[in-house]
Amino acid sequence: MNGNAEFAISVRGLTKRFGDRTVVDHFDMDVPRGSIYGFLGPNGSGKTTTIRMMCGLLVPDDGEGECLGYDILTQSRRIKEHVGYMTQRFSLYEDLTIRENLDFIARMFRLKDRASRVDAALEDLDLKDRADQLAGTLSGGWKQRMSLAACMLHEPSLLLLDEPTAGVDPKARRDFWDEIRRLSAKGVTVLVSTHYMDEAVQCDFIAYIAYGRRLISGPAREIPKIIGLHTWRVEGGDISALEEELRKDERVGQVARFGPVLHVSGTDKMALDAVAQEQMKRGTHEWTAREAGLEEAFIYLMAGARDNFAGAGAAR
Amino acid sequence: MISFSLGRFSAVLIKEFVQMRRDRVTFAMMIGIPIMQLLLFGFAINSDPKHLPTLVQMDDSGPISRAVLASMRTSDYFDFIGAVTGREEGDRALRDGTANFVVVIPRNFERDVLRGLSPDILLAADASDPTATSGAVAALTGIVDAAVAQSLTGARQPEPRPAEPFSVTVHRQFNPESETPINIVPGLLGIILSMTMVMITAVAIVRESERGTMEALLATPVRPLEVMFGKIIPYILVGYIQTAVFLAAARLLFDVPFLGSPLAFFVGFNLFIAVNLMVGFLISTLARSQMQAMQISFFTLLPTILLSGFMFPFAGMPGWAQAIGNAIPATHFLRITRKVMLKGAGLADITSDMAAIVAITAVVIVIALSRYRQTLD
Repeated sequence: MNGNAEFAISVRGLTKRFGDRTVVDHFDMDVPRGSIYGFLGPNGSGKTTTIRMMCGLLVPDDGEGECLGYDILTQSRRIKEHVGYMTQRFSLYEDLTIRENLDFIARMFRLKDRASRVDAALEDLDLKDRADQLAGTLSGGWKQRMSLAACMLHEPSLLLLDEPTAGVDPKARRDFWDEIRRLSAKGVTVLVSTHYMDEAVQCDFIAYIAYGRRLISGPAREIPKIIGLHTWRVEGGDISALEEELRKDERVGQVARFGPVLHVSGTDKMALDAVAQEQMKRGTHEWTAREAGLEEAFIYLMAGARDNFAGAGAAR
Repeated sequence: MISFSLGRFSAVLIKEFVQMRRDRVTFAMMIGIPIMQLLLFGFAINSDPKHLPTLVQMDDSGPISRAVLASMRTSDYFDFIGAVTGREEGDRALRDGTANFVVVIPRNFERDVLRGLSPDILLAADASDPTATSGAVAALTGIVDAAVAQSLTGARQPEPRPAEPFSVTVHRQFNPESETPINIVPGLLGIILSMTMVMITAVAIVRESERGTMEALLATPVRPLEVMFGKIIPYILVGYIQTAVFLAAARLLFDVPFLGSPLAFFVGFNLFIAVNLMVGFLISTLARSQMQAMQISFFTLLPTILLSGFMFPFAGMPGWAQAIGNAIPATHFLRITRKVMLKGAGLADITSDMAAIVAITAVVIVIALSRYRQTLD
């Protein structure tokens, strides 16, 4: 493997326009080798387009970058040989069986020992019993497993997963992530776009994109700090009534409920602390200051309008 | 930069075969269409129709008049459905379509014939559809002459007329009886291949982008040529099967001869299949959905039927229409099949037609490859 030793993906100023609509606007990203990199953002924010540009399926209108040390503008064929790309929509052949699909992909990558590698992939992802079932008759979870098996077949060193668990049940999602972590432990770099908080918290790094612009990125642990989010934990008393009340309070940024506990957060520390002081005086609930977690950060990001953290995004 | 992987090519090929095998309806259609078309065109279409409903206005009832009617009837062109007594009645029948012809034998016809006065028989024909009536009209003079001549023997011979200064002998070559199936069937093969090959190829490729599988395909290191050939070759085989079925049926059902060189046919036919598949491939790069691909294919089918010389004589078209016709592959394949099957042509006789097909193919390939995208842009 040649090129940059530190980053699997390193792009600068990536821009894509469809007609007069700028879908991705001067996007920068560095994905450290061996990491799990979460790619967050609302629908239509340009995640899929960015991923497609990184693996050579779309030609950027502007910008430059490397993927596994290969130039994304001129060496897309080399990139394709070392990247496993799992599309958002199921994109294998529904009228072929699982085995036929995997065999087809194996031939596309000109793999040696094709039969044994297909067998191994079937074994790995527990698809053996269904190997001769037509892909079109599989449920969402199985289709997704098969897609993962297909994009892993040529043992890529970088996986690009575009909302891989959309529409998949929670158990299948957990299994899927076990598999992702197992691959990551073997040194595979994973870039995964997602809408789910429980997936975001599994990532080592996070980038948040909205309207085609990267607003925030950094190690997952530092994201709350980068946003500048402060949190109070509240429990006891009539928690529902309090939740209702706090939601109406303009000084409070967001209220997230975790069972009997409320996490009250905001970026304006002064205002938030003032609310906490007032509430503590009432003494109906127990208030404790705590460090904002990735959960709060995630909710904040997914709910927030872009103006709120356009400034904070420059922190990194 | 140009490299071609046999492995990837055969992977696409195998996949296409498996998909084709699983898509029973399309497969049945590929075999069913040629047979159905052949039966429809072969049995239903007749450009030299016979047994046309005819009315008679008999103003003279002598033996010669009766002989004329009798031989008209035996010619099979005319079916006498009744008699009329006046001009008006005959006109009404022509107008409302109960009769295609009204034959008027004039008063004193027999007497005038015997006197050598050359009286006129009137054949009023419904010429709003010239194809329907022209065959019968053309045949009539001969029929009447023969009938009259036969009736005039011995003493009834009229005054001898001077011999004609010259005579014209028509020699109908290659299809002496002017049987429509013999004219239609060889050309029909070109139409059927144009229709199925173009449409099936176009749809098969567009299906990849419509179902989203193109994205996975493009994410692999596959090259355009590998996809193109891998997807096209299975359909060449379909073309072979269609043609075999078609030729067998043409022979067994319609006695269409095959007089020429099988080699010439084989070469011309392969060129034609190749050009059709390329046109289908080109359409697939233009269409965004299977529906569009289907519509564009149908759009190309109409000029193929109308301007190729299949339906209407090529020589009868104005120059600009002939120019368009010459750009249509079926025009040239039609000439090849007629030349080889009916006229006994060999390779040397069809070189200009083959060259035309090759030229069209080259143009289509250049356009198609420049349109084929390796990205999702």
